[in-house]
Amino acid sequence: MQKTRDIGKLKEIAKNLRKDILRMLHTAGSGHTGGSLSAIDILATLYFSRMRHSPDPSFSGPRDRFILSKGHGAPALYAVLAESGYFDKKHLMTLRKMNSILSGHPYSPSTPGVEVCTGSLGQGLSIANGMAMALKLNKTDEKVFCMMGDGETQEGQVWEAAMTAAHYKLDNVTAFLDNNGLQIDGVVKDIMGIEPIGDKWRAFGWEVFEIDGHDFGQILDALDKADRTKGKPSLIWAHTVKGKGVSFMENKVGYHGKAPDKDELDRAMAELDAA
Amino acid sequence: MTEVKMKSLRDAYGQALAELGAENENIVVLDSDLSGSTRTSVFAARFPERFFNMGVAEQDMISTAAGLAAAGKIPFASTFAVFASGRAWDQVRQSVCMGRMNVKIVASHGGITVGEDGPTHQALEDIALMRVMPNISVIVPADAHETAAAVRAVAGIDGPFYIRTARDKFPVLLPEDFSFTPGKGTLLREGSDVAIVACGIMVSKALEAAELLSAEGISAAVVNMSTIKPLDEELTLSLAASAGAIVTAEEHSVIGGLGSAVAEVISENDPVPVVRVGMRAAVGSSGKPDELLNKFGMTTEMVVSAARKATGMKKEKAPGRSRTVLSG
Ligand SMILES: Cc1ncc(C[n+]2csc(CCOP(=O)(O)OP(=O)(O)O)c2C)c(N)n1
Ligand SMILES: [Mg+2]
Repeated sequence: MQKTRDIGKLKEIAKNLRKDILRMLHTAGSGHTGGSLSAIDILATLYFSRMRHSPDPSFSGPRDRFILSKGHGAPALYAVLAESGYFDKKHLMTLRKMNSILSGHPYSPSTPGVEVCTGSLGQGLSIANGMAMALKLNKTDEKVFCMMGDGETQEGQVWEAAMTAAHYKLDNVTAFLDNNGLQIDGVVKDIMGIEPIGDKWRAFGWEVFEIDGHDFGQILDALDKADRTKGKPSLIWAHTVKGKGVSFMENKVGYHGKAPDKDELDRAMAELDAA
Repeated sequence: MTEVKMKSLRDAYGQALAELGAENENIVVLDSDLSGSTRTSVFAARFPERFFNMGVAEQDMISTAAGLAAAGKIPFASTFAVFASGRAWDQVRQSVCMGRMNVKIVASHGGITVGEDGPTHQALEDIALMRVMPNISVIVPADAHETAAAVRAVAGIDGPFYIRTARDKFPVLLPEDFSFTPGKGTLLREGSDVAIVACGIMVSKALEAAELLSAEGISAAVVNMSTIKPLDEELTLSLAASAGAIVTAEEHSVIGGLGSAVAEVISENDPVPVVRVGMRAAVGSSGKPDELLNKFGMTTEMVVSAARKATGMKKEKAPGRSRTVLSG
């Protein structure tokens, strides 16, 4: 797919990706709906507007990388990878099934375009840092993007990695915080508050850009600013809505790990079509 | 036994790593504030731009190493064996092993010979913890020369490896130009009544034990089984066939380590007595390495009595049993 900065086009792409996510989760009968929908606008922007990448294994140009640290958002990653041509879209309907190339959480050996294994939360930013260190040694301007959940930042390793990226001045790392306010057991601030989260990242030596994670203009603008940030890593602190795009799923804890049934799928599709 | 030369495994690692660094600029090294102890400091001094001290953050270190590997580097990550295997277990599992990342974990201070630092620092579970994970190979070298050879060998093989070194100096057993092949045990002494399969510091004790046993009329073979995973099954089964009784010896819990690996293969294919020498107490204590090995039964004498027991079991279990010798 051609890269685009056209916001109307990105909206259209994201709408179709949301449909793919809902269809694949419905067919799978299980999986993580809410966090896939909160992340998809950012993933769409990365894969169809910002990252230099190609599904062609012989592609040798500069290649940016993406790590979905919140691995349970795999349906969102699979949707953008299929749309980018890493594998045929028909595989989406095999999600979580026996012998599928699409595991419940990202498993690199079986899925083209998936860089590393994630799912056990908290490890992705460290991996992104390692890639960024290698790219710096290679003296290329390739970049590494990473996405974390807000609940995920309760993991200690996230803060080890936050220190590392600042210490080694990894300005080729841009991390996204999918700040949808919810985790499995409830509201993040009730379970284990993370605020003041922007101050925490700043205190750890990061440049922080606070945005609406569903506003393509703001996502693109923050990515441009992160590009211009030298000598330190950037965190794009994205306020998002869990279940975004489907009214009855939005901000509902219950849709964290629940796939839509037939009725829910039909209603969700109708809503997306009407939007 | 004649006067033996003692050499440090971690020194051998540090030296080999620095040499590799000079030969291959894709070699990068990570440590978690223990570079002086693990000896990655030798590499760090020569190649500072390719050395990453991660601070006291072993989980971050292991996942970062996976990222470096994903982008084409050959990372060696070092810390103490307790931290590499215990603190960062989930990172080794998911970030490194599942995706078969080209990460080499070389952990020092394995076993009870850590000594004075005491129970919390004595890794007696690391072989078990590492062995159970997917795709990773586990190597416990017997001496400094084997350490250097193993480090060189794994640098050239794609995929995850765990190599355990030690704080203490170990007797030198193998020639300096020893060529190491992962997955292959080395027969150090022939014997027909019992085979002693050992790794690490226990290999030298196994050789001493074989000497003592021969005075009693027991002929003991000795194998250095430095690769615990994948285990050299062919050699293990040929020993079972030729000796009919096996003793394992390791500086590790008798649960889950070399003894378990050998017993698994033997019991499924050709059941003969297997007697394990290793750590049987719940935890160690502070003390000097030799005092600790004595107190917790990882000694030449223990190997000797295990060999007596194993040969005795063989006679009790199968009087006059004729054994088929494996061909090939
Ligand atoms: C180490 C680890 N512990 C627990 C889990 C189970 N788990 C999966 S998702 C999740 C909540 C994550 O919340 P958040 O990061 O906010 O994700 P999002 O809201 O974006 O879905 C938990 C606890 C896990 N995957 N990994
Ligand atoms: Mg959340």
